[in-house]
Amino acid sequence: MAQHEEHTAYEYLRPSKKFPNVWCSGCGIGVVMSALIRAIDNIGLEKDNVALVSGIGCTGRMPVYMDFNTMHTTHGRALAFATGLKIARPELKVITIMGDGDALAIGGNHFIHSARRNIGITAIVVNNNIYGMTGGQYSPTTPIGGRATTAPYGNIEPPMPICELAQAAGASYVARSTVYHAAELERYIEQAIRKDGFGLVEAVSYCHTGYGRLNKLGTAVDMMRALKETSMAQAAAQKLAPEERENKIVRGVLHDVERVEYTARYQQLIDQVQQSIGGR
Amino acid sequence: MTVKLMQGNDAVGWGALAAGCRFYAGYPITPSTEVAEMLSRELPKVGGKFIQMEDEIASLAACIGASVGGLKSMTATSGPGFSLMQEHIGYAAMTEVPCVVVNVQRLGPSTGQPTSASQGDVMQARWGTHGDHPIIALCPTSVSQSFDLTVKAFNFSEKYRTPVILLLDEVIGHMREKFDMPDFDAIERVDRIATDVPPEWYKPYGDSLSDVPPMANFGDGYRYHITGLFHDPHGYPTQRLDEIDPWIKRVHRKIERNLHDIVLYEEDWDPTNKTVVVSYGASARSARHAVKLARQHRLKVGEITLLTIWPFAEEVIARMARTARRIIVPEMNLGQLALEVERVAGRSKVVRVNRANGEMVTPQEILDAIEGS
Repeated sequence: MAQHEEHTAYEYLRPSKKFPNVWCSGCGIGVVMSALIRAIDNIGLEKDNVALVSGIGCTGRMPVYMDFNTMHTTHGRALAFATGLKIARPELKVITIMGDGDALAIGGNHFIHSARRNIGITAIVVNNNIYGMTGGQYSPTTPIGGRATTAPYGNIEPPMPICELAQAAGASYVARSTVYHAAELERYIEQAIRKDGFGLVEAVSYCHTGYGRLNKLGTAVDMMRALKETSMAQAAAQKLAPEERENKIVRGVLHDVERVEYTARYQQLIDQVQQSIGGR
Repeated sequence: MTVKLMQGNDAVGWGALAAGCRFYAGYPITPSTEVAEMLSRELPKVGGKFIQMEDEIASLAACIGASVGGLKSMTATSGPGFSLMQEHIGYAAMTEVPCVVVNVQRLGPSTGQPTSASQGDVMQARWGTHGDHPIIALCPTSVSQSFDLTVKAFNFSEKYRTPVILLLDEVIGHMREKFDMPDFDAIERVDRIATDVPPEWYKPYGDSLSDVPPMANFGDGYRYHITGLFHDPHGYPTQRLDEIDPWIKRVHRKIERNLHDIVLYEEDWDPTNKTVVVSYGASARSARHAVKLARQHRLKVGEITLLTIWPFAEEVIARMARTARRIIVPEMNLGQLALEVERVAGRSKVVRVNRANGEMVTPQEILDAIEGS
């Protein structure tokens, strides 16, 4: 027991309340949770000043285990709830945690518009290429040809490029890593949280239960190893021809710019309006 | 006090400001848009926040998020947008987060007729979201009442930790009337009950004498969990019957035991009235005129105007039905609240006067019903 208390994560978990967790053993979501906790600890944020907002799905269950202000909302809408919360309490660090189906299918509209507004929310998308909680249906990031319970002949839809979408929509920070690269993932999450504007981190994971089994990709360890083998740092990827890059997961900080953050801009608007009417 | 010519939608906006609303999120839709336009102009003046979201689903989500952050929040919409908001009305009921949803009813179903009036969303306001849940819905009949009931809507939502629906219709929303704006400082404002226990003792969904647990805002040092799943007193998901069952009973009880406070109506009837007209919203204006005409014809007719339509005013309707032989229910739909009246009318005959074509029920149609026997 004493060992547990020494672990960084211990202070940030709700150990007496809701463990064990719902995830399959070997799932990558725990790695993301651990990276998030270390990132928050590195920055030294007060627990009272952090709010975690999630949607529905395996990833959506993450906040309940952590000792912050936590909100498990409806499917796809985490960013919309988080937008209201951030506007009401700009001093809070608001972090949304979503799966790929949650963030990009049912929640795609909110994803685009949150990035466009550049509202000060950190969005973590755990991309495991599948709807896990409902048992393995194809998602907006399932690779072409990948089998799912609703794609028994192989998926025919092209996957959504999460990072490129966020960048095009206006996010000020965009990075991608994998659950194999836990230290790198932690660094990117930390950078995204430190950013004033909208920061997106795509954490590429896997679902050995829902996707791996149907596609004969082996165990969780095999799928973890595949992340190591098929991913490469951005600098290395840039040296490759586009066709060589096609099936690679490119890791790195893909976009990092300074843009005025939404709630700060709205406060300016309030100040201007109040000044013009004589500050009543 | 300033006397102004004002439309119902604007009065809703002023009522919200008077009630202490400091957050609005919405999406443009006829015939409710004036509420958003008015608050986009006025909220920043008082340090409040306005945002136009990407859709109605996001609008109510943002309101709930802002309310969790401590701001009194409102959204306004109409038919199609109200349909989109249903899931989050259920979420607000489940998580007991105060918020006000204004629905300026237009003719439906579907896109229907955006600029025509309707009272077609009465049952949707009650049962639109899935699952059993309590709800409060208020229905003004005039511009000044739109102001008053908006204030009430906020007060109820804070007092009982519940979403409150303000059901206007296109007639009330767009009609202009003389309005005498009260001094905001003189208005009774109710705030959510704050907790006074240390954070480690706080239970966001614990038992309390009033059945309404105190609510801590995110960022105030009370870290807790909110979820749309059934939850235990700490807010953590539960599948235990002994936690689900008390919860569902408590949230219904917190409304049911306060009907004397929540159920608002105006009554002008006595036990000698064999005919009584029961109405609400714009239809109440036609009803009032019809009753006046009938009385000029020396007919003994009573009148009840429901300002709270959910929870339904069972007590007064049942009491009236003990002496009235005929109850006339005019509605701009094909008979929705009439179903509730019939449920408690006993042996009295319920006569429906309906229109679902975008026009108001006319006083003459109601008068014909009063006279026909």
